[in-house]
Amino acid sequence: MLLFAARRLLLAIPVLLGVSLVVFVLVHLAPGNAIDMLLPPEASARVVAEVKAAFGFDKPLYMQYLLWLRSALTGNFGVSIFNASPVLGQLFVALGNTFILAVLAAAVGFSFGIGLGLVAALHHGRWPDKLCSAIATAGVSLPNYWVAIVLVLFTAVLHNWLPAQGMGPDQVPLWDRGQYLILPVVSLALIPMGVIGRLVRATVLEVLGQEFVGALRAKGLGRGPIIRHICKNAAAPVLALMGLQFGYLLGGSILVETVFNWPGSGYLLNLAIFRRDIPVLQATVVVLAAFFVLLNLLVDIVQAAIDPRLRR
Amino acid sequence: MLDAAVAPEITLVTQAQPRPQGYWRSVGRKLQRDPVTIAFGILLLAIVGMAVFAPLVAGANPSTGSILHRLAPIGTPGHWLGTDENGRDMWARLCYGGRLSLLAGVAPVVMALVIGGLLGVIAGYAGGFVNALIMRIMDVFYAFPSVLLAIAICGVLGNGLTNVILALSLVFIPPLARISETVTAQVRRLDFVEAARASASSPAQVIRHHVLANVLGPIMVYATSLISVSIILASGLSFLGLGVVPPTPEWGVMLNALREAIYVQPYVAALPGVMIFLTSMCFNLLSDGLRSAMDVKLNP
Repeated sequence: MLLFAARRLLLAIPVLLGVSLVVFVLVHLAPGNAIDMLLPPEASARVVAEVKAAFGFDKPLYMQYLLWLRSALTGNFGVSIFNASPVLGQLFVALGNTFILAVLAAAVGFSFGIGLGLVAALHHGRWPDKLCSAIATAGVSLPNYWVAIVLVLFTAVLHNWLPAQGMGPDQVPLWDRGQYLILPVVSLALIPMGVIGRLVRATVLEVLGQEFVGALRAKGLGRGPIIRHICKNAAAPVLALMGLQFGYLLGGSILVETVFNWPGSGYLLNLAIFRRDIPVLQATVVVLAAFFVLLNLLVDIVQAAIDPRLRR
Repeated sequence: MLDAAVAPEITLVTQAQPRPQGYWRSVGRKLQRDPVTIAFGILLLAIVGMAVFAPLVAGANPSTGSILHRLAPIGTPGHWLGTDENGRDMWARLCYGGRLSLLAGVAPVVMALVIGGLLGVIAGYAGGFVNALIMRIMDVFYAFPSVLLAIAICGVLGNGLTNVILALSLVFIPPLARISETVTAQVRRLDFVEAARASASSPAQVIRHHVLANVLGPIMVYATSLISVSIILASGLSFLGLGVVPPTPEWGVMLNALREAIYVQPYVAALPGVMIFLTSMCFNLLSDGLRSAMDVKLNP
C-alpha cells in the first residue's frame, strides 16, 4: 500500500511539471502584453526597457520559465502587475473563500446526489426512480450561472429573504454570515448532485445485478444489511468521481462567483484575465491545477485502500 | 469465455448475431419503444431546425430593433416572446442565437472526437511506448479542471467564436482519448482481433475493420453527453465576456446582456437560459437513451 502511494506520488511530479509548462506557454502566447497595459503609449524606450527588466520580461522565454518555476516552488509567485501586491497573499485569501464554497457545495451536492441515486436504484423502473433520475439529469443540464441569477431574482429581489451578492461585512465572523453562503452553495451544488446521483444509480444497479446480492437475500439477510453491502461495493467509483467533482468545484466556480461577486479564486482569475495581470493569472491557474492533481492522487490512494484490486 | 472478456461498457457487434436482425436494427427498435428519448429527440430536432432555418422562421431581424419598444413582455403583439434591452425581437434573437450556441457546443466535441478518438485508438492499439507517450501528454491536460482550462485558454487568446471552439476542443480531447484508449485496449485482447492479426492484416486494416466498429458505439455515446457540457460551457464563456461578443446573438451573450433586465422583465430575461437548459437536457437524455439501447445486457 505504501509502495503504491509512493509510486503514484512520483508519477504526479512529471504531470505537475507538464502543467506548469503548459500554463507558462499558454500565458506567453497571449496577444498584447502587460507592459503595454501598464505604460502609456508615449513612454520612452528606456522606461519600457527598465520596466521589462524589473518584471524579468527581457530574458529569453526558457530562462523566464525556469526562474518562475524556481521561485514558484518556494511559494513566491511574484507581485501583481496591476497593484504591485504579492500574488501569494491575494491568492491565499481568494482560495480560502473558494474553498468554503466548494466544501459546502460538495457536502450538499454529494449528500443529495447519493440520496437521489440510492432511491432511484432501489426503486428501479417505478415512479421514485423516474422522479429522482429526472432531478439528477436536470441538475447536470442546468447552466449554474443561470440558476444563480434566477435564485437571486426569487430570494433577493422579489422576496428580500437573502442577500443577493458578496460575502457580507468583514467585521462579522463568517459563521454569522451564513445567509451569504446559501445562494452560491445551492447554485454550485446542482452539478455535483446530478453527476453523483446518476453515477450512484448506475453503479448500484450494476451491483444489484451481481450474484452475491441474490446470495445475501437467499441466506435471509434483511434490507438494511443488504444495502450496506451494496454501498460498500459501489463506493470506489463513486468516491473517484467525488474527488473529480470537488476539483471541478474548486477550479470551476468562476461563473457562479462572478454572478455573486464572491471574492474567490475564480473571481481573481476573471480580474487577472481582464487586467492582463500575468503573474496573478499564471499563479491562480497553476495552483488550482496543482490542487486538482493532488486531489486525484489522494482519491487514487483512498480508492486503493478500499479496493485492493486497484493496487496494481 | 467471450462474455468474461467483455467489459461492461463495450457491446460487441457480434454479440447480437443470434437474432435474425442486425445489432443496429435492434438498437433502433429499442429506441422506438423509448418515449422519453423520442420526445426529447424531437425537441432537439425542433431546436436545431429553429437555428438552421432561422432566416425563415425568425420573422424579424435579430439585430435591429427600436429602443422605444424595449423589454416588451412575452405575448406582445408582433413580438410573441417580447423584446430585449435594445428592443430587438427575442424570438428572432433566440433563433439566430441558437446557430452560434449549437455550433460552439457541437463543433468542439466533433473535433475532440476525431482527434482524441484517433489518439486513443492508436494508443490503445499500439500499447507500449506509443501508449505511454500519448497518454502521459493527455494526463497533463487532464490535470486541469475543464472550466479552468477553457477559461484560461479563452482568456489568454481573446474573444471570438474560433477561440471558444479551440479552447473547448482542447478541453474535450483528453477525456475522449482516455475512453477510446480503454475501450480499444479491451477490444484488442479479443480473439477476433488476434485472428485478424494472425492472418497478416496490417494494423490499419485491423483498426478499420475490426476495432473501430466495436469501439465507435461507446465513444459516440460518451461524446453525445459531452455536447451537453460543451453547450453550457460555451455559453458560460460568452456569459463571462470571454467568448462571442455582443451584439452578435448567442444565448450566453443574451443571458449576460439581459441580467440587469431581470428586475423588469424576469420571464423574457430568463429565456436564453431556458434554451441552454433545454438543449443540454436533450443531449443528456439522448445519450442516456442511446446507452441503454446499445447495452445488450441491460435489455435482453
